[in-house]
Amino acid sequence: MSDPAITESASRKIRVIQPGPMTLIQDRGRTGFQQLGVSVSGAVDVDSLDLGNRLVGNNLDSAALEIMLGGLEIEFSHDAIFAITGAELVATLEGVPVSPGVSYTAHAGSHLAFGMVSNGLRAYVAIAGGVDVPELLGSRSTHLASEIGGINGRSLVEGDVLTIGDILGAPVTGRVSETDESAAPSAELNIRVVLGPQDDEFSQSGIDTFLSSTFTVTDQSNRQGLRLDGPQIESKSGRYDIVSDAVVNGSIQIPGDGKPIILLADRQTTGGYAKIATVASVDLPELGQASPGTAIIFTAISVADAQQLLVDRFERVNAIDLEKSVDSISVQVDGEEISVGVAENANSQIAEINGNIYPISVDEYTPAD
Amino acid sequence: MPASGVAVGEGSVAPRTYPRILAAGDSAIVIELGSEIDPAINSQVFVLAKLIQAAEMPAVVELVPTYRSLLVSYDPLVSKHDDLVDQLAVIIDRLEAAVESASGVRIIELPVVYGGEDGPDLDSVADNAGLTTQQVIDIHAGVDYRVYMIGFAPGFPYLGGLDERIATPRLKTPRISVPAGSVGIAESQTGVYPNASPGGWQLIGRTAAKLFDVANDAPSLITPGSKVRFVPVKSHE
Repeated sequence: MSDPAITESASRKIRVIQPGPMTLIQDRGRTGFQQLGVSVSGAVDVDSLDLGNRLVGNNLDSAALEIMLGGLEIEFSHDAIFAITGAELVATLEGVPVSPGVSYTAHAGSHLAFGMVSNGLRAYVAIAGGVDVPELLGSRSTHLASEIGGINGRSLVEGDVLTIGDILGAPVTGRVSETDESAAPSAELNIRVVLGPQDDEFSQSGIDTFLSSTFTVTDQSNRQGLRLDGPQIESKSGRYDIVSDAVVNGSIQIPGDGKPIILLADRQTTGGYAKIATVASVDLPELGQASPGTAIIFTAISVADAQQLLVDRFERVNAIDLEKSVDSISVQVDGEEISVGVAENANSQIAEINGNIYPISVDEYTPAD
Repeated sequence: MPASGVAVGEGSVAPRTYPRILAAGDSAIVIELGSEIDPAINSQVFVLAKLIQAAEMPAVVELVPTYRSLLVSYDPLVSKHDDLVDQLAVIIDRLEAAVESASGVRIIELPVVYGGEDGPDLDSVADNAGLTTQQVIDIHAGVDYRVYMIGFAPGFPYLGGLDERIATPRLKTPRISVPAGSVGIAESQTGVYPNASPGGWQLIGRTAAKLFDVANDAPSLITPGSKVRFVPVKSHE
């Protein structure tokens, strides 16, 4: 059952009422141009991005909003389907609390507002159809340092109007993620790494320090990387420079002060510091939620084990049933048959009417029409 | 601006044999062909990249050639590390023969207005070198510069081959904004800024050529493995 207003491909926009500290348009990143110095960028917590896109029925390469610390408020110009994932924060649709991990229907003119995050760093809001800024080199992702992608390569500002893409196929609403595959933000992270590629630049004592110490995320951290504080990691030669070569998402560089830098989505394509280890890909999304003060312990695993973890996650994610969780009944209203249902989800209640999911509160019912 | 790639200090590590195939995590492999900045090693990197590209391996997502290594980024759900290492080893075995038959290098000519507003530091570079400005221009434009790699920023070339006679220290105070296309010298490196950015290089000229255009599917005028030739012109036309 589909609401014709939602599939309409006419003008579909959202307007930024308040941008919050930093809200960015991100997709899965701009791959294929690193040899020309173009940073990959993209969502730092790609698991949360993926979950949001799945919940609203988007292709996984659709762009969403990455909301650092919260504070965003947007207005929908049209009936829209959206889902929130990632960091824990309070969000309301027309004042009614909405839960993470649910695809809701928002009516034209309604406001979606976010409080500040209470745990983690970045929340995502995916909208059915995806945020449709022009693709540059195959991606809509914003890279702040080179001012590429999104809107003029910058974070959103008050008054920005973003076009939402057409919905492909039947609109999807009422999807609920019972098992949240997105990163569960935590004050202490155990991050699995594969040693190398330049671990032989470090003494055994340096490797031991790296794998046995607790490091702390400093406030000198951003989308380019996390700078960690902790004991100094000893190199064999007393130097940490190498002839510059390529880096990857999760490369752990040790610069001259001996303290690790974990490179993330917005990293430059090349670097001149020795890389002691590389984060296992399955653990990268958690790092995108690591706020300053987060403790990090590294554990070395084999490449084969890291790849098996990826296979396991892929199978687990594909097995998740996002189908509707609301049991609905059919009722006659003024001679017309409609299906209705009410369910509890996380910290709020949801209602289904004719296949659309709306947030409801105890004494208030959202759809105004 | 980036520091020059720094060679590993003598005696810093035990001698290694190259090529080395190393894991860069679970989704990339780095093939090191040497540890130094060396034109012959750098040429091998680009030949290797071509061989891997031609092999059309389904797992390979992206190749990133640098001074002396090649990063092979891949999808581990398509090929596992060990299998890919075996396939790459077969290709590396063919490298030597392929280097010998490698064809010519692309030369990119950049028209440059030297001095004046376009190159406000030309005089100080000349003073530092004990040369006339014309001699600096002749020396700078008299060499084809190898593009060892592109990194640091979109389209930013790491060029090799600057004549040591015109090597000049960086500015003591970096400029807040350097115009796009500026040609500069820093120590024994020369380079050209694809986009406006802060920078501490001594600016000797500027090209009006559009070096990087993100809206173009081939966004960078300068490509790694090519050579850059600066051609002195009187004005930007």
